[in-house]
Amino acid sequence: MSAPIELATLEDLASPESGPKSTRSLRARGSSLATPEAQLQVLNDLPLARGDFDAALAACAWSELRPTRLEILQINVGRLCNMTCRHCHVDAGPDRIAEKMDRDTVDLCLAALDKTTAHTVDITGGAPELNPHFRYLVDQCVSRGKHVIDRCNLTILLVPRFADLPVWFAERGVEVVCSLPHCRKRNTDSQRGDGTFEKSIEALRHLNAVGYGHGDTRRRLTVMVNPVGAFLAAPQAALEREWKAELARNHGITFDRLIALNNMPISRFLEWLIESGNLQEYMERLTNLFNPATVAGLMCRNTLSVSWDGTLHDCDFNQMLDIPAARPDGGPVHIRDFDPAILQTRRIQTRRHCFGCTAGAGSSCGGATA
Amino acid sequence: MPGYYDPDHLGKFATIAEGNKELAAKFFDWYGAVFRDGALSEREKALIALAVAHAVQCPYCIDAYSKTCLEKGADLDQMTEAVHVAAAIRGGASLVHGVQMLEHVKKAGM
Repeated sequence: MSAPIELATLEDLASPESGPKSTRSLRARGSSLATPEAQLQVLNDLPLARGDFDAALAACAWSELRPTRLEILQINVGRLCNMTCRHCHVDAGPDRIAEKMDRDTVDLCLAALDKTTAHTVDITGGAPELNPHFRYLVDQCVSRGKHVIDRCNLTILLVPRFADLPVWFAERGVEVVCSLPHCRKRNTDSQRGDGTFEKSIEALRHLNAVGYGHGDTRRRLTVMVNPVGAFLAAPQAALEREWKAELARNHGITFDRLIALNNMPISRFLEWLIESGNLQEYMERLTNLFNPATVAGLMCRNTLSVSWDGTLHDCDFNQMLDIPAARPDGGPVHIRDFDPAILQTRRIQTRRHCFGCTAGAGSSCGGATA
Repeated sequence: MPGYYDPDHLGKFATIAEGNKELAAKFFDWYGAVFRDGALSEREKALIALAVAHAVQCPYCIDAYSKTCLEKGADLDQMTEAVHVAAAIRGGASLVHGVQMLEHVKKAGM
């Protein structure tokens, strides 16, 4: 078993050198928005003419949202992060030391994985690499022949303890899905903290140097984009075309594909929407742009999301709002009681934040869905 | 009339059809087609529209295309450069007339 993270390292994580920070976590600031209940209350209290998500679904003949075949097991190994981005839906940060998946829960995830049809394990956080059992989890999934995704903030790859990760990932064929909100400095730094863009470019160079981003399916480099503000994600295909050209021209960087995700009106992005006076208009935009064509491909239909403590959720956003998956038999929704057949018949839990995934071209962990 | 340039008018643009449905339909169809992804991307067209909006000094268009530029993935640096292009053409258009002035002076003066 890997050594636990030493306190000195955690203090280092809070430093700007370990990773840029554009704010502090809601939790660390004692914000009244830190709890899921408070966030759901804010959303529910908004006057929205088309704010009933289930009614929007029903109007396009989706009387209820049910899963398809399980393809992806998404494991959120903890909320610890070397960054504190302004839009983070996890409220991750260097202070989130308590919420990390232990080895027993990791093993329960692996046992559950063996009972499923999932071909992909999507590992997220926080910065998932900070979990002491991260490499064990990746190795175990790779040895089972699963496609493994690391959702990477890029700057963690410049922290000396993790500098070997690009090579380590390359040897195992791990797909790196990295966050980069813009192909230029200004917007990247304003969302993720001063210095993020330069560090991200440096990390991308390291990944390119070990074979990532050159069209090799075993070294796939995916850039994940969130809008920097109160608007929807740009058209994914056009962004990919333009960013490939810009990053190659200005920085000599190549990547394989780009996925564009909308920002969910929860956690720190919700706080920013409120403080900037954009919440009402943003929610009206999400609800007005509800697109029925996005529903079939939503991630909640082919993914199960496990939290650091082993609770099962329909997606990572529901996880952050403490809305567990609902077993039709009323049984426990912990990974130790994992029963794929029963979960397959569950009804997916929806609230107003779900409009974030169904607006415009749609948005899920795999990008646009329409 | 309470005043000119009411921000609500942008959202009511479609009501221009009240006086002539056929012409409005033609305009809005054509307008939509103009901004579709083509030889120029939607982002490039939005930046051109933003620049033209400043040249014709239309506050509705400036609001609309500031938003569209952001939605299509442009950033403040690019949008500012686009506005400078508009300003440079406007400034240049004034200044190039100075050649006419110069020639007049040369002909009429001693």
